[in-house]
Formats: sequence, structure tokens, C-alpha cells
Amino acid sequence: MSAALDAPERPAAPATFRNVSTARKIKDRLATVLVSLAFLIAVIPLVWLLVSVLIKGFPAIVSADWWTRSLSGVTPDEVRGGVYHAIVGTLVQAVISGVIAVPVGILAAVYLVEYGRGRLAKTTSFMVDILSGVPSIVAALFIFALFVSIVGLEQSGFLVGLALVLLMLPVVIRNTEEMLRLVPDELREASYALGIPKWKTILRIVLPTALSGTITGVMLAFARVMGETAPVLVLVGYARAINFNPFEGNQASLPLLIYTELSTNPSAAGQLRIWGGALTLILIVMLFQLAASLISRYSAISK
Amino acid sequence: MAKRLDLKDVDIYYGDFHAVQNVNLSVPPRSVTSFIGPSGCGKSTVLRTLNRMHEEIPGARVEGQIQLDGEDIYARGSDAVAVRRTIGMVFQRPNPFPTMSIRDNVVAGLKLQGVRDKKKLDEVCEASLRGANLWKEVSGRLDKPGGGLSGGQQQRLCIARAIAVQPDVLLMDEPCSALDPISTLAIEDLIGDLKKDYTIVIVTHNMQQAARVSDQTAFFNLEATGKPGHLVEIDDTEKIFSNPTERETEDYISGRFG
Amino acid sequence: MTPDGDEADANTVSERTTERAPSDDPETRGRPTGSATMSTVTDTQPTATDPGRTTSGGTGERVFRGLTTGSGLVVVAAIALIGLFLVVQAVPSLLANNANFLTSPEFVTTDAANLRFGIRDLLVVTLLSSLMALVIAMPIGMGIALFLTQYTPPRLAQPFSYVIGLLAAVPSIVFGLWGILVLAPAIEPFAAFLQTYLGWFFLFAPGNLPVLTGTIFTGGIVLAIMILPIITATTREVFAQTPRFQVEAAQALGATRWEVIRMAVLPYGRSGFIAASMLGLGRALGETIAVLLVIRAATSPSTGSLFDGGYTFASLIASAASEFSQPLPTGAYISAGLVLFVLTFVVNAIARVVAGGKVNG
Repeated sequence: MSAALDAPERPAAPATFRNVSTARKIKDRLATVLVSLAFLIAVIPLVWLLVSVLIKGFPAIVSADWWTRSLSGVTPDEVRGGVYHAIVGTLVQAVISGVIAVPVGILAAVYLVEYGRGRLAKTTSFMVDILSGVPSIVAALFIFALFVSIVGLEQSGFLVGLALVLLMLPVVIRNTEEMLRLVPDELREASYALGIPKWKTILRIVLPTALSGTITGVMLAFARVMGETAPVLVLVGYARAINFNPFEGNQASLPLLIYTELSTNPSAAGQLRIWGGALTLILIVMLFQLAASLISRYSAISK
Repeated sequence: MAKRLDLKDVDIYYGDFHAVQNVNLSVPPRSVTSFIGPSGCGKSTVLRTLNRMHEEIPGARVEGQIQLDGEDIYARGSDAVAVRRTIGMVFQRPNPFPTMSIRDNVVAGLKLQGVRDKKKLDEVCEASLRGANLWKEVSGRLDKPGGGLSGGQQQRLCIARAIAVQPDVLLMDEPCSALDPISTLAIEDLIGDLKKDYTIVIVTHNMQQAARVSDQTAFFNLEATGKPGHLVEIDDTEKIFSNPTERETEDYISGRFG
Repeated sequence: MTPDGDEADANTVSERTTERAPSDDPETRGRPTGSATMSTVTDTQPTATDPGRTTSGGTGERVFRGLTTGSGLVVVAAIALIGLFLVVQAVPSLLANNANFLTSPEFVTTDAANLRFGIRDLLVVTLLSSLMALVIAMPIGMGIALFLTQYTPPRLAQPFSYVIGLLAAVPSIVFGLWGILVLAPAIEPFAAFLQTYLGWFFLFAPGNLPVLTGTIFTGGIVLAIMILPIITATTREVFAQTPRFQVEAAQALGATRWEVIRMAVLPYGRSGFIAASMLGLGRALGETIAVLLVIRAATSPSTGSLFDGGYTFASLIASAASEFSQPLPTGAYISAGLVLFVLTFVVNAIARVVAGGKVNG
């Protein structure tokens, strides 16, 4: 047999370890270089973008007024006032969305993990994927079609919150679902064995165990929706003054402030506000992301 | 082309963990050596250092010398990839490449080395499958995926794949533990045949198997969990199973272990 | 020579157990990104062995089960309602449309009595920009996923993934801002170079804009950066699940690292990578504000060049949002939104099917 198998490029005086051919080595090195390069290519725009925003936006956010004042009574070319009104709007709209999306999302995840069977569960899971792919502009159009065109409501921060619910739901559901699946079955069985009904087991044992992961998911969902611009363009007007009431009147938000200044205010003060707004938005989003990753680090489920 | 393996003062570590302590043994060419011992004694760990597969685990390192016909496989400038090409391995669970046909699986190693000649590849494919006692069963469906074979056939396919590159040594890590008794018998017969051409080292937790297939047997043990494993003794299989030198070995093979 | 056909089953079962195992890896939890995309690799089967199921339980049980099921239904209902209301609002305008909806490059809604709108150019610009983004992001995304799973030591893989995740954390309006004000002028010379030397090829031919900044080309690059973290997150996860025994099979044959990737990692992860790319495509198709800010409006119809300007479905709707007052013109935009909805639905459904078939099968 060994005669038939004579390997072709074996050297006459065999070195014990037949060397890997140069061509193969070069290919391997080349792959290593290309793959590392891919990573670098992704880092370049990230750093470039963050540095640009930081440099251009930093002068704006260092003033105390920036964080405590609105633009009410400030003319477009004045370097004065702040974005307090926009921060308020961003947070109010996100909170409205969270109040609806968080409980519904958690319950839907409980359904998928603990109760869901058969076709309905499969459909629901599929639709969660579809919903996570629905563009924010489509979500906004839907809310517009339903509540403005048909019901006849005025545009408002509340409607923005409703559109954000659609964007928040899949994030909350998938993160909660993932955490619930990590809760060991032994815990559930231990509880059942004590005669505790299933729903109490879920509420008292399963959900608390998955709590930190769920909160992480909620934080990530907040981070996602606060940067959304499409819904605010369609569903609410911009206001230069503070408006705490999401049900009435125009309400600013950081994305809307950036967009409005960009499209209407070419002055230097406007430029400063745009970049300052962008930096503020990034900071707030990253704050939520940071909170999310800190909470997940202290996860209750240790593997 | 079978060669001898010599281990001299081999110590194996995973990070800070001392996994195996001070192993000295020799494996003569054209023979079967089996490694036996309780779980965690390091027999598989030692086997994996013989073709430098352990390097894939971060933090793993080896001290001492492992020589193939006198050449250190860990010598500076020697390449793990080249070592593995010379020292083939068959795993606990059959692992054919699922997307490749049976033929492509067998010649995968040769193709890596740049052999493109179709006639040559077909020859090697047939010879290797014959060598693995699989040719009669699969000759009609060489283009079907390897994953469609039964577990025992898959394992013989993996052996065919390993011998297709004509290694000097064949390492087998519990090759029958995922197989039923009939397939196990087929593999054991095959090992008997392969011994004519190859140096074979086999790890097994089945003592009858060690007794059936191997010429010499090495018994590994560990004092306690967390302590390093060590080689208790190595001797002719017949002697190990009838009249071992060490009391530990006798306790283990007679089931009085623990 | 044994007739051992009947062991195949036992073997497949054991294989499946180990393939699942890596998904429990703590490293894949708590990632900053891609949580929504996770769904492609989780299955829908309930995990718990389920003694509570046989007992119907008391009122509490029924109420709670009803609440959770209802919440699940909310999601299904949401998708159904989105489709329904977009259709309801689009139909009257489609009926009043005086141009061919599919083939007309016009989108004139200023006169409600004479609506002329079609999606031809929207489709062209949307597809060109999204596909360009995909062509750029797919190889880079795969490279990063390989880098993070096959080349980076585990200790560094986590922080490196976090860096890529940061890209997903940047709001799209900031990408738009940076894209038009910083990136576009910086890459203009490169665009000019392409046009000078490859202008004979229709994609690089002079477009319908007088300048080379703010073109589909610029937009495609910005979109590529934006979808990169999506493609990377899911692909990385699938690559990381490559069964150990398949990798070892290649290593034991003396495969180099790259050859191991070709023989084991890529065949295993291919469908996951395709699914991830589909998710990225879906995101690019629907991206609104970044595209609106980056790609300039054009006065003449699309020429099919990457140096065209124009609107995508999403950016057109956003640009007209402030004028949504009369029902019929608004309906024209809603019908564009409906097409976008269908487009992203299909792309995401494909992603789900491709990924589900592989990872759960």
C-alpha cells in the first residue's frame, strides 16, 4: 500500500518534517494581514468620526448654559443658550416609549420562552425578527397614517413615543428572551417541586434571576431609540423652548435640533450647535450603553 | 516510513496548571502503543502534544523533548503545521468535513499540499479507502457527502483521510468511544492491519481494547484531582495485563481502583 | 466491513449537543450590539421541561398566561397593522396617480388634483446605495469576524468586539452629519480619480449632480460603515460556534490557520454570514436620516451612476415629512413607504430563513 501512496513532493533525503510549501505560507500570512486590515479599516472611520465630533462639538458643551438653557429667545447667529429643551424632549419621548415597550416586551419574551408552543409562537418569533428590521421611517409613517390621518390627532411628542415603541419592542424582547433561556431549568423545577404554580415561579424566580440581563436589554433599547431621527421628523414639530408636555404642542429633541439647525441655520453659531448637539447625543447614548454593560457584568446568572 | 517516537522528561502545563508530570517513554516503529488510565490522568493530553495539537489551547505549553526518529518536534524553527502533516491524528468522534464529498474528504490533506493531478488523487483515494477497509462500502458513492455515512464508516473515513497523506505516526484519541461494538471491532481489525506500515499510539479507556490491539501499554494515573498526571509504567501489553510491576497498575486493571 | 448503518442516529444526536454548547459561552452575552440580530441564532423552542403545563392552574395562572400571550400577539398585530394601514392610506393616492407607479421617475405631489409619482428612481438609488454598502461591508465584516474569532487571543477579543460595537452606538444622524461635512470632502479626490479613469463604466460615469460630494457613492460608503457592526456581530457569533472537532480535523491534517478557516470555519458559517449580510442590507435599505443628509437631491432623473444624487424611499419620505397635510399627496409618500416595508420584510425574512435553517437544523 505504501508504495501506491508515494507522496509526490517528498524530498529524496527526507527531512523528518516535510516543510509547508512557501506558497501556502504566503497565503496564510496574506490572510492574516488582510483580516487584521479589515479590523483596522473599521476602526479608522470610528476614530475619525468620534474625533471630528469631539473637536467640533466640545466648545459648545463646556458652557453651563448648554446643559441648563433652551434656545428660547436666542437668534440663530447668537452663540448663546443651550439644548436643555432638546434633552428634555429626547428623554420624555424615550420614557413614553419605555413605559409601553418594556412591560409588553418582557411579557412577550416570557410568552416565547415559557408558554409559547406551536404555530403561534413560531409566528410571533418570526414577527419579532421582522419588527426589528422595520425601518424607523416606516414605523413613523404607520403611526402617522393611524393616529394623524385616521384618528385625527395633532402631531406630538407622544406620537413619537408610540413610534419608538415599535423600534424598542424587538430589542427588549430578544434580550429578555436570551436571559430567560439562560435561567437553569433546575431553578424552575425546584420551584414546581415546592408546589408553586408556574406563573408565580416565573414572576418570583425566573424573572428576578434574569433581571440584570433584562435591564441591560432595556438600556440598549433606550440607547437605540434616543438617536432615532425619522420618527421626530414625521411626527412632531421643532420647538426652541422647553416643553415638558408630550401631548400638546411642538417638542424638540436632540436629533430634531441637529436636523433643524443643519437645514435652516448656516451661521457659525448654528454649526457649533449642530456638532454640540451631536456630541451631546453621543454622550447620552453611550451613557446608556455603558450602564447596560456595567449591569450585565454584575449579571445574576453566572456560568 | 514508520518512525519511532521518544518522550524525554516531558512536562505539560495549561497556564499555571501542571497537567502532566515527567513522562519518559519510547514508541517503536510499526507497533501499537496504547495509553490507559482513569479520566483526567493526562493520557489524551500527552497524545495531543505528540503532534502539537495542544498548542491550539491558549496557555498550553510543553517542557522536555519529544523526538521523532531523533528530531525534536519542538525544535526552534519547526512548524506545528509541518509536524501535524507528518504525525496524523484520528479523534474520539468521527469528524469528516460535512460539506465535502467522501473523495474530497480523503484527499483533503493532499490537496492542501498542492497535489492537483486528478489521476494521482483518485489513486490515493482508492488506496487509502482500501487501507481503511472502507473501499467496498463506499466505492459507488464517492461523490456523496461524508456526513451521510454511519458513525463507524465515518471513523474509517477519517482514518483513510489521515493515512492518505502518508504520515509517519498515527495518533488515535479514543477512536471507538462513540461507536457500537461491531464498528469498534472493524476499527480494531484495521488497527492490526495498519500496524504493518505505521507507528500507532492509541488512547483508550477500554482495557480489553488495549489488551486486544496493542503491543505495549502505558498506564497513566494521578494522585488526586488537581494534581498532575504521571506515567506509572509502560511495558509489553501482555506483561501489563498479567503481571504488572507496579501495584497501582494491578489495582487499576483488576478494577480495584479508587 | 460492517453493516453499521443504524448508528447514524446516535451519532447525529451527540453531534448536535456539542454544536449547541458554545452558545453558552459567557463572551457572547452582554454584547453592546446586535442584540436584536441575536434572534437569528436562537430557536423558538421553549427551554423548560414543563410540569406546569399539565395543570391548568388557577385564576392567576390564566390571567398571567393571557397577559404574556397577549403581549406576544401585540408584535404579530403590529406587523399586520403596519401593512394594513399603509395599504389603506396608499390606495386612494395610487388610484389618483396619473403616472405609472412602477416605472415613472417623477415624484410630483404639489398639485393634489394631478398627482404624478413613480418609484423607479427611488428604487434605483435605494438599491445602488444599499448594494454598494453591502459590497464594501461584506468582505470587511467577514474579515473582522474572522479576526475576532480566529486570530485574536480571547483576552483581546472582548474589548475589540466592543470597539466594533461602538460603531452601532453612533446615532445615524451623526453618521449623516459626519458623512456630508467631513467624509464627503475628504473622499472627493478619490471619487474624481475613479471618474477620470473608470468613467467608461456606467457605475462611475458622470451622474446627474454638478459635484462629486454627496453622491450615492458617498452615501454607500457611509451606509457600509453603518451596517458593518450588524454584519460583524452575527457573523462573529456563528463563526465562534464552529464545532471544535471540525477545526481539529483540519488542524490534524496539517492545515495552516487560513486553510483551517477555508475547510472548517467558512463552510460552517457561510449561511450565518449570508443571513448577517441580509440583516445589514435590510438596515441599509431603510436607513433614513444619514442618507437624507449625505445624498444630495438631483434635478434630473437617475442615470444609474454611483455619482448620481437623488432620494431613496426612506430619505424621500423624511424630506417631505413637514408637508404631510393633504391626504392624497401624503398617501403618495405612504405608498413609497409601503414598498419599503415590503422590501425590508422580504430581506429580513430571507435572513431569518437562511440563518434558521443552518443554525437550528
